[in-house]
Amino acid sequence: MASVTDSQGGSFRLSMLLYDSRYRSATIQIVALIGFLLLIGWLVNNTVQNLAELGKTVGFGFLGDRAGYDINQRLLEYSSADSHLRAALLGLLNTLLIAVMGCIAATIVGVVVGILRLSNNWLVARIMTVYVEMFRNVPVLLWIVLSMAILIETLPAPSAFRGDTPSASMLFGDNVALTNRGIYVPEPLFGKVDEEGVHTSWRHGIGDLHFFGDASLRFDLSLDLVAILATLIAGLMVSGLIKRRADRVQAATGLRPVTWYWRTGVIVVPVIVLLWVLGLHFGKPELRGFNFQGGTHLRNSFIALWLALSLYTAAFVAEIVRGGILAISSGQTEAAAALGLRPRRIMSLVVLPQALRVIIPPLISQYLNLTKNSSLAIAVGYMDLTGTLMGITLNQTGRELETVLLTMLIYLLISLAISGAMNVYNNSVKLKER
Amino acid sequence: MSDLSYVRTELLPEQDPPLSEVGVIGWLRANLFSGWFNSILTFVSLVLIYLLLAAILPWLWSPTWNAGSLAECREIIAELGKEHGGACYGVIRERWPQLLFGFYPDAERWRPIVTLIGLFVALAPVLFTDLFPRKMLWFSGAFLFAAPWLMWGGSIWTPVLVAAGLVIGAGAYRLLVPRVGNLAAVIAAVVAPLLWWFLFVGPVSSVLAPVIPLGLEVVESRLFGGFMLSVWIGVVSIAISLVLGVLLALGRQSDLLIVKYLSVGFIEFIRGVPLITLLFVASTLLNIFLPPGTNFDIILRVMIMATLFASAYIAEVIRGGLAALPRGQYEAADALGLDYWKAQRLIILPQALKISIPGIVSTFIGLFKDTTLVSIIGLLDPIGLTGSIRADANWNGIVWELYGFIALLFFLSCFAMSRYSMWLERKLRTDHK
Repeated sequence: MASVTDSQGGSFRLSMLLYDSRYRSATIQIVALIGFLLLIGWLVNNTVQNLAELGKTVGFGFLGDRAGYDINQRLLEYSSADSHLRAALLGLLNTLLIAVMGCIAATIVGVVVGILRLSNNWLVARIMTVYVEMFRNVPVLLWIVLSMAILIETLPAPSAFRGDTPSASMLFGDNVALTNRGIYVPEPLFGKVDEEGVHTSWRHGIGDLHFFGDASLRFDLSLDLVAILATLIAGLMVSGLIKRRADRVQAATGLRPVTWYWRTGVIVVPVIVLLWVLGLHFGKPELRGFNFQGGTHLRNSFIALWLALSLYTAAFVAEIVRGGILAISSGQTEAAAALGLRPRRIMSLVVLPQALRVIIPPLISQYLNLTKNSSLAIAVGYMDLTGTLMGITLNQTGRELETVLLTMLIYLLISLAISGAMNVYNNSVKLKER
Repeated sequence: MSDLSYVRTELLPEQDPPLSEVGVIGWLRANLFSGWFNSILTFVSLVLIYLLLAAILPWLWSPTWNAGSLAECREIIAELGKEHGGACYGVIRERWPQLLFGFYPDAERWRPIVTLIGLFVALAPVLFTDLFPRKMLWFSGAFLFAAPWLMWGGSIWTPVLVAAGLVIGAGAYRLLVPRVGNLAAVIAAVVAPLLWWFLFVGPVSSVLAPVIPLGLEVVESRLFGGFMLSVWIGVVSIAISLVLGVLLALGRQSDLLIVKYLSVGFIEFIRGVPLITLLFVASTLLNIFLPPGTNFDIILRVMIMATLFASAYIAEVIRGGLAALPRGQYEAADALGLDYWKAQRLIILPQALKISIPGIVSTFIGLFKDTTLVSIIGLLDPIGLTGSIRADANWNGIVWELYGFIALLFFLSCFAMSRYSMWLERKLRTDHK
């Protein structure tokens, strides 16, 4: 705010706090701050009074108490004898699981749909438009309960797989079972040590590393997984080295050596060898008694939430992708073609880098939305953070203040982390102006 | 010169374009079968469409409109000999008033309908600026006070007296400006209506009500439900959050550091947490935060939290509008010697708000869809009502018809709004592309 201050000297008068632009902004800010502090104080005072009336105290000690409820879909081992803190931790992991899986699926579906909406095939473009409009204009909660209903009502019960002439059968060579109690898929297993400590084969897994003893935050780190990831990363790095060497050769001689089979090979072959050494095999789901045993059981609540969230968000992602591609003017493509670039290189060198700059920021805010929407898990009984900490723990301990605020804080931290990542990315691709 | 010529001297008659390039065949070739890949895509799409329609259409065609229970529906469908079952529309016929109005009393249902029509009339001069006269904005202003009265009922004097508070404020400002200066007049214009609302409205209306007893039957909030509840929560929250959102956006753009950080903190906090946690605050915590003894009903509490939620999003939309204005507008306003508020009121906000209308409409669509979340804390919005309808022995086990009906209602309203928003965006875009 540019303004002329007339300095006539003279003494300071009280009215100058308001009418003198040198002091006015300070006055307004101090008044705003005092108002804000008064508001906070008023809220805290009310809270203290109300809690005193209810005879409650504020404290987070309840987190160490026995939770006493079960979490059916979980990433770490857990029993109802564990603490509320561990239940909340598992809930948080479930939230992150659905968020990550949802973001991946939404991106894939969204990108495909967004590109197909621009297709010159009239029918395909129309179908994709219908998909986008259908999903965007109906509440996500309705999609979640609807997918849950579809899974429960249309898939066969496990008993339908039994008998001599079962009315339902497993898919993909008896590997996958779609039932109304969830989806059973094979689980990857590594060679085990048998009971006497003797290996049944020399090919066996390395085992787990246990952390934090008996504490609420304890977890097992699978060394097999660590080994596989390390091999994968090493492979990627070697592949990067090969690419850089190819770049050098091309810069020096003008000819680019063909390296794609080397680059794939150094990534894939070591991993496959390692998996073989670790004795990778798959545990198939089998019908025993009234239900399937073995394999990984993906519950309906998880599948329904995952499907609904990803399809709903994918509709928005599709619009973003379409908008991003349309935002690149055709002059860019034509200029690149005039330079003699081939269509694939035009896409990867000219259009995509510019389109990504338009696409990524709104895309990440869609990821943020998906993560926040995953709290609707409570509608289908998937035990995420909302279902554990703000759901059953709240009901059992009656500590609504602590649980709700803690839940909000955790969600806030997740959101801030995601938007922080977005800002870092934005700054790195921002057009450098003046 | 001989008249030998190797070049044709007369034009040949025009020929029709080849059949494969025009008409239906040409269109098909260009749009559906322009290459082997496109042909495969077309074929796959046709198969998919056929499979979907073959599954859905027979189910949809089901003459069960008059059935009184699910069992009756099943009898009708069995008589027709349909293999895969059919829709049971009886539940829609019997329960649609409930899905639309919740438990709002039958005799009073004209009130939400009148409110909805009034809402459209009030919005018309705002949304379609060139089709309707600006004078209609007076109706929009009056509607702000009439709508809650229509919905909740009570004595007519309450909204009238509340509206009178604004007149008192404006009067105080006009009266005092020449005498005590601008600042004191502004303070008086804020304080006078507040005093009026808190000290005089109650007593005056209780005096007036028996003298001229005009009013509507009071309808309690807990009777609100169905689609009406979603619309009502959405509309009220957006209307109030517009004011809050403008203030927050101005705060965020402000040079005053403390004001700026307070606004940023509020906006980022609200945008960083899921709406469902805010609704839990409404249902469990709000009574703890307010002075002992205050007891709002749950719908009012939900509206408060939804308003705070929407205002953060509206603030970001309006901030986008403010940022989209060229710097020259700000500088020109400064050059004219306008102070901050005058510049905002006369130059900046009218333009920024106009640019932001599409964003505001999409925020409203989002909030409107999100109002379904109130079913999780036990309010009877359409999704919440499906549970209570299924609890009826007659309709136990009915799923698709209800969800389909609700989805259709939401789709129609949200689709219409998003089309409006797109139309507006096209109208506002003045560059030539």
